Amino acid sequence: MTVIGVVGAGVMGVGVAQNLAQTGHDVVLVDKDEQILQQALANIERNSRMSRLMGGPALDADAILARITTAVGADALAKAEIVIENVTENWDVKREVYEALDAACGPDTVFVVNTSAIPITKVGAVTGRPDKVIGVHFMNPVPAKPAVELIPGFHTTPDTIERTRSLLAAMGKRAVDVKDSCGFISNRVLMLTVNEAAYLVHEGVATAESVDEVFRSCFGHPMGPLETADLIGVDTILYSVEVLYEHYADSKYRPCPLLKQMTDAGLHGRKSGRGFFTYAN
Amino acid sequence: MPNTAESQILAFVRSRYPQAEITGDQDIFSLGFVNSLFAMELVMFVEKTFEVTIPNEELRIDNFRTAGSMAELVGRLSEELAA
Repeated sequence: MTVIGVVGAGVMGVGVAQNLAQTGHDVVLVDKDEQILQQALANIERNSRMSRLMGGPALDADAILARITTAVGADALAKAEIVIENVTENWDVKREVYEALDAACGPDTVFVVNTSAIPITKVGAVTGRPDKVIGVHFMNPVPAKPAVELIPGFHTTPDTIERTRSLLAAMGKRAVDVKDSCGFISNRVLMLTVNEAAYLVHEGVATAESVDEVFRSCFGHPMGPLETADLIGVDTILYSVEVLYEHYADSKYRPCPLLKQMTDAGLHGRKSGRGFFTYAN
Repeated sequence: MPNTAESQILAFVRSRYPQAEITGDQDIFSLGFVNSLFAMELVMFVEKTFEVTIPNEELRIDNFRTAGSMAELVGRLSEELAA
């Protein structure tokens, strides 16, 4: 049985680990902190319980948890065939993680970068295996979303692409091919939309409720951009906009000050109980 | 007056969606602005407020469509607990 490593036990790592386990994969979930891992297991159990209620399949939470082992530090991933990395969208953090993974994993291990914005070629360059580094942009909630963006880096080989495609197919995901460009398709458009929506609230042009109402009722979107921001995490939105701003050096990506203030204030959205809207956790 | 559980649930739903006039027998998921993520919050709210654990087989959207059906579920689970 092949083992898949999942690094980072936040919102995305939890979703990826659950998706892998519910499709029959053995998972090693790694983070830097034992407490985060325990919380992650509790979240996986809750999300599995809620699956049918959310329009997904009925899941056996115990069977899913039985396929997931947790560990602190990259050393536990020595035998992983593929590692899916989901740490925060901050370049310094990612670089440190990839240096540790490169040292801990065998030479054949493929590194899947789950990022919404960071260029895959740049990640590949900090490892000794740029041919085995590939981007997959999973969407949240991972088990409920049928498609992902698949992004080979400059040096990624066809063999790495094929191994990644097979895993995605086994996870029930369709891969949408995108070339390596900061923000890919989804975030070039979505982050600017969310950022501009935040500016509307910041400038007092409209309330968060009104902004989202226009998207739901006039455009037919199931969710407005600010509720989407709360789901993704306001802090993650800010980091993603900052990555775009830094990469393209284009002022159209300037982050809204409100996003910065909310991030500093701990208003990170659904996961913290409050963002643009308030939630009962 | 609706029973206590129903009015508490109704107050919670109204606090999240103040723009809508929601009644105890209205299907909140048919209103257009409530998505399935809110269903999860409803489960958390009901379990915490009424100190019940909803068994997996009861985690169906039909049990959460209206404040009335949620109150019924709470009543059923509390009775089982007391029995």
